[in-house]
Amino acid sequence: MLAIESVDKTYPNGVEALARANLRVNEGEIVAVVGGSGCGKSTLLRLAAGLDRTSRGRIRLDGETIEAPHAAVGLVFQEPRLLPWLTVAQNIGFGLSDLPRTERERRVREVLERVGLADYAARWPRELSGGQAQRVAIARALAPQPKVLLLDEPFSALDAFTRASLQEHLLDLWDAFRPTLILVAHDVEEAAFLADRVLVMRPRPGRFVAELEFGLARPRDRHGPAVEEAKRKILSALDRSLRGEREGEELAPAAAI
Amino acid sequence: MTAIETEIAAEETRTAAAEKSPPRRRGLRFLLGFVLPVVLALGWEAAVRFGLVQGRLMPPPSRVLATLYHLAASGELLRHVAVTSARVAAGFALGVAAATLIGALAGASKLARDLVDPTLQGLRAVPSIAWVPLFILWFGIFEQSKIILIAVGCFFPVYLGMLGAILSVDRKTVEVGRIFRLSTPALVRRILLPAILPAYVVSLRAGLGLGWMFVVAAEFMGASEGLGYLLVDGQQLGKPEQILAAIFAFAVLGKISDSLLAAGAAPFLTWQDAFAPRD
Repeated sequence: MLAIESVDKTYPNGVEALARANLRVNEGEIVAVVGGSGCGKSTLLRLAAGLDRTSRGRIRLDGETIEAPHAAVGLVFQEPRLLPWLTVAQNIGFGLSDLPRTERERRVREVLERVGLADYAARWPRELSGGQAQRVAIARALAPQPKVLLLDEPFSALDAFTRASLQEHLLDLWDAFRPTLILVAHDVEEAAFLADRVLVMRPRPGRFVAELEFGLARPRDRHGPAVEEAKRKILSALDRSLRGEREGEELAPAAAI
Repeated sequence: MTAIETEIAAEETRTAAAEKSPPRRRGLRFLLGFVLPVVLALGWEAAVRFGLVQGRLMPPPSRVLATLYHLAASGELLRHVAVTSARVAAGFALGVAAATLIGALAGASKLARDLVDPTLQGLRAVPSIAWVPLFILWFGIFEQSKIILIAVGCFFPVYLGMLGAILSVDRKTVEVGRIFRLSTPALVRRILLPAILPAYVVSLRAGLGLGWMFVVAAEFMGASEGLGYLLVDGQQLGKPEQILAAIFAFAVLGKISDSLLAAGAAPFLTWQDAFAPRD
C-alpha cells in the first residue's frame, strides 16, 4: 500500500504546492487525480517518485519511507523522455542493467510485445510517432515491474484518437502486471474511463478537496451511460471546487491580485 | 500477401531506398566538390598561357604541381608534412586534454566554474599570437614553445564546447537517470557523456582547425622544417610556387584530418535527429 501521510511541499520560492495531503492507495488500485493547473498534481507524483523531498510528512510504500527514487516505483513523464542515443529496445532495458543479459533481453522483448512494438526494437526514438514514443516510455517504466506506476498526464500531448488507444494499452498492461497506478488525468473522460477512484485537487495551497468512487467493472464502454455518469459527477465536483475558490477570492479580494 | 500488403511492402522499400541514397549519387556529389577548384585552376592556367596575366608572382597550377612533385620526389615534402602534422597532433592532444578536463570540472561544479571561468574568458580575449614572444622566452625556440602555442589555440574552443555542452544537458533527461537510480558514475557514462558528445565533437573540429592555423604561426617563429618553414623559405627566396605548394598541402591536410575526426565520431552519433539531410 502507498500511503501519503500529511505531506506538505513548499518550494524555495514560497509556493505552497501541497498542504496536508493525505492519501492511501491499495495494491493494484487505479487512482486518477484531476484539478486545475498549479494544484500540486505533478508535485504529488514527483514526491511519490522520490525526485523531490517533502517539506513535512512522509510517503510510505508498504511501510518503507520514500526519500529517493525507489526500485518499486516507476514514473512516466508528460513527455516520453526517451534517450535519443539508445534504440527502442535499449531504452526499454535502461532500468534493467542489473539483470543478466539474457534475462534483460527476454523482459524487453516481452514488454515490447505487450505494447505492440515488437517490430520497432531496433529503431531510434526519432523514428517514432508521438504515440509510439509514449508507449515505449510506458514500457520502459514497466519493464522493471514496479509495484507502483505514477503517470503525469502521459497522454496530454496526443490527439484524441491516439489518446483513447493508449488508454486501452495502459489498461492491458495494468491487467498483465497489476501495478498500483496513480495517474494525473488530462481530462475527466480519462479519469472516468480508467480509474477506480478519482481525487479532485485545488490550488493555493494544493490539496485534495473531493474523492469519488464509482465501482465500475472493466472493461468499460467509453461512451456508455456508466462512464458518462461518472464524467458528469467528476465535472460537478471540479466545478464545486472552482466555485469554492472564487468565493474565497471574493472574501479576500487581495488574494486575487 | 494481399494487394495492400504488397503495396505497403513496396512503399517501405522505396522509403528505405530514399533514406540511403545510392552509392552512385554519393560519388557524383563527391565529384561535384571538385568542380569549382578545377575550373578556377584551369582558368588561371589558361590566363597565364595566353599572356593575359604575369605568371611570375602568380605561378600557374602546372608550376605549383611541378614544385609539389619535386618536393615529393625528393622526400622533402613528406618530411615537412610529417613534422608539421606531428606538431599539430601533439599540440592538439595537449590542448584537448587540458580543455576537456578543465571544461568538465567547470561544468560539473559551480565553485570551479566561478573560480576558473572568468580568468579563462579573459585569457581567451588575448590574441593567441600575442603569447609568441613570451613562449619563446620561456620555452625557447624549439619544439616546446611551438607545441604549447598550438595547445593554447586548441584549448579555448574545446573548453567552451565542453562547458557549454555540460551546462545545456536537459534536466529532464537527467531525471530519467535519477528515476532509474543510476549511481553518479553511471549517470555520467549513460546520460551525460552521450548527451554532450555531439557538441563536444563540433568543438574538437573547431579546435583542430585552429591547431592548423597556429602551427603556421609557430613555425614562423623560427623553424628549419615543416610546411610553415616552406612558406617562410619561399618568401625569402622569392619562390611563390613553393608558397602555394605549402598552402595546397595545408588545405589537403586540414580537410583530411577534419574528415577523419568526423568519421571517427560518426558511429557514435548515428542517433542524431539532424536537420541536415543524411548521405
